[in-house]
Amino acid sequence: MSMRTEPVTVNIGPHHPSTHGVFRLRVTFDGEVIVDVEPVFGYLHRGTEKLAEERTYVQFVTLTDRMDYVASMTNNQGFVLAVEKLAGITPSPRGVWLRMIAAELQRIASHLVGMGFFLQDLGAFATPLMYAMRERERILDLFEMLCGARITNSYMRPGGVFMDAPEDFWPAVNRFLDEMPGYVDEYESLISGNEIVLSRTKGVARVELDALINASISGPMLRAAGLAWDLRKKHPYEFYDRVEFDVPLAQESDNWARYIVRIQEMRESVKIVRQCVQQIEPGPIRPKEVPFLVRPPAGEVYSSIEGPKGELGYYIVSDGSIAPYRCKVRAPSYINLTLLKDMLVGWRVADMIVTFGSIDINMGEVDR
Amino acid sequence: MYGLGILKGFGVTALNAFRSPFTVEYPDRRVGLPGLARSAGINPLAFVLKRPKDALKAVLGLAKIPARSQQHSRFRGQDFTWYVERCTGCASCAKLCPLGIIKIVTDPSGRQTQEGEVYDIETFDIDLARCMACGICVEVCPYDALHMGSGFERARYGFPNLLITVDELKKAPKRPSTWFRPQLEERGYHPHKSGQADWRLVGRHERPTAGQLKRNWVDDRAK
Repeated sequence: MSMRTEPVTVNIGPHHPSTHGVFRLRVTFDGEVIVDVEPVFGYLHRGTEKLAEERTYVQFVTLTDRMDYVASMTNNQGFVLAVEKLAGITPSPRGVWLRMIAAELQRIASHLVGMGFFLQDLGAFATPLMYAMRERERILDLFEMLCGARITNSYMRPGGVFMDAPEDFWPAVNRFLDEMPGYVDEYESLISGNEIVLSRTKGVARVELDALINASISGPMLRAAGLAWDLRKKHPYEFYDRVEFDVPLAQESDNWARYIVRIQEMRESVKIVRQCVQQIEPGPIRPKEVPFLVRPPAGEVYSSIEGPKGELGYYIVSDGSIAPYRCKVRAPSYINLTLLKDMLVGWRVADMIVTFGSIDINMGEVDR
Repeated sequence: MYGLGILKGFGVTALNAFRSPFTVEYPDRRVGLPGLARSAGINPLAFVLKRPKDALKAVLGLAKIPARSQQHSRFRGQDFTWYVERCTGCASCAKLCPLGIIKIVTDPSGRQTQEGEVYDIETFDIDLARCMACGICVEVCPYDALHMGSGFERARYGFPNLLITVDELKKAPKRPSTWFRPQLEERGYHPHKSGQADWRLVGRHERPTAGQLKRNWVDDRAK
């Protein structure tokens, strides 16, 4: 005997705790199966790109912190690299090494948050998140030593960084690097073998590689589908060609693969920071001739880096004045979110939130 | 065997029962008898005889003492430290603040100040309700008059109470953060451990005298 059913449309969000910010999903269900998904965003829009047009280049560094607020350092780095490319500034080597150390520590912190909230969405309430926050706290302490702030760092400037690391930073970062692989092992033994997690995530929300490439997805989502696309390897910026590291890959392209790629990237980032600490040399952190008010020549530039969530690009148009004429941000969270419908249709309510968590988005960056 | 991974996870959780806690207690820290006696400055035995009620509380684990957060000397706090002796009223901080929240008024009294003279600062208002503690005002201060503060406990009722006025800046305890002040860091200054910083010691160089300012801004320009 068959029963006649009608699809029901449900609003999830914008104030739903598992939507990682203010994000609304209009989902049509047939029973418990998802038939249609319509993402609605823009609730956190603050007009950062417009604000850039009336601020000088250094002043705008402080606003890039507010876009992806769990990865402020990489936001700073992307913008500063674009300004350097536009204005033809050669950065000081010590400043570049410090920027790389900060960016890789930030990548670990961002993946910790991504991992913790992914497992929280899965129903592992608070336990893995607390483990993740414990290590993130130590990274934020290191940032406090570097630049005095924990979340909104504004550490980088065109040409380098604004202040050298204090002397007590180096023993602290070495201690952290010695302990971090042990912590990652701890997460692995806590979660990675857990049968409930495996049965909830393996094979769920699988996407084909072609669909990912067509939607210009980048970052861990793409690497979880087996494509070794990492801008640190493909277009080395800063000194990434001087350090040795692997690009972790997974083939399955499901929720589990996206989780395990992030876990392994943390191990690689620890390796990178260790090599940076070994190779850093004394010297100035910023060339003396770079003024506070940078005046790039008229022109346009697109520069992108491998952020924790994907390709983070800045497109700046300059008219030769002290402020950008136009500044456009290619936010990885925003573009990774566009494939949500393809991932979700055919899966159930409980898988929806998990899949959403596995993309690891940040609404501050989606809406800007 | 199915379930082995879950048991392994439980093992990790159980291990944490034998580790020292990671949590930092704030604003009050729970202490035992030795800790309470140390905070009172006497030895535990004398403490028991002197204040038996408090000692019993401490043994039961109920005693609390105020805790200070372990912040780095570079921590960019909300309260600004400003030295009126070093400030010339050039308003670089107000010009380069990304949000334009610093308001400076010099010489309103009708005194005819010439260019190059040291101005009397009548108003130096910082609107903390909109401040994002980016520190650009401190970075651009040419005479090291404005420093980031070290506090973070400035919660108030209502937005007008968040305005830092010039009188408050003058009276506030001088505990500058060493953020963007390498000269303070070289001396090993810590805002909470080293005491207040004198205005003569916080600058990278001497404050220019009125004559020097006049030479820089008026005489050299006239040439």
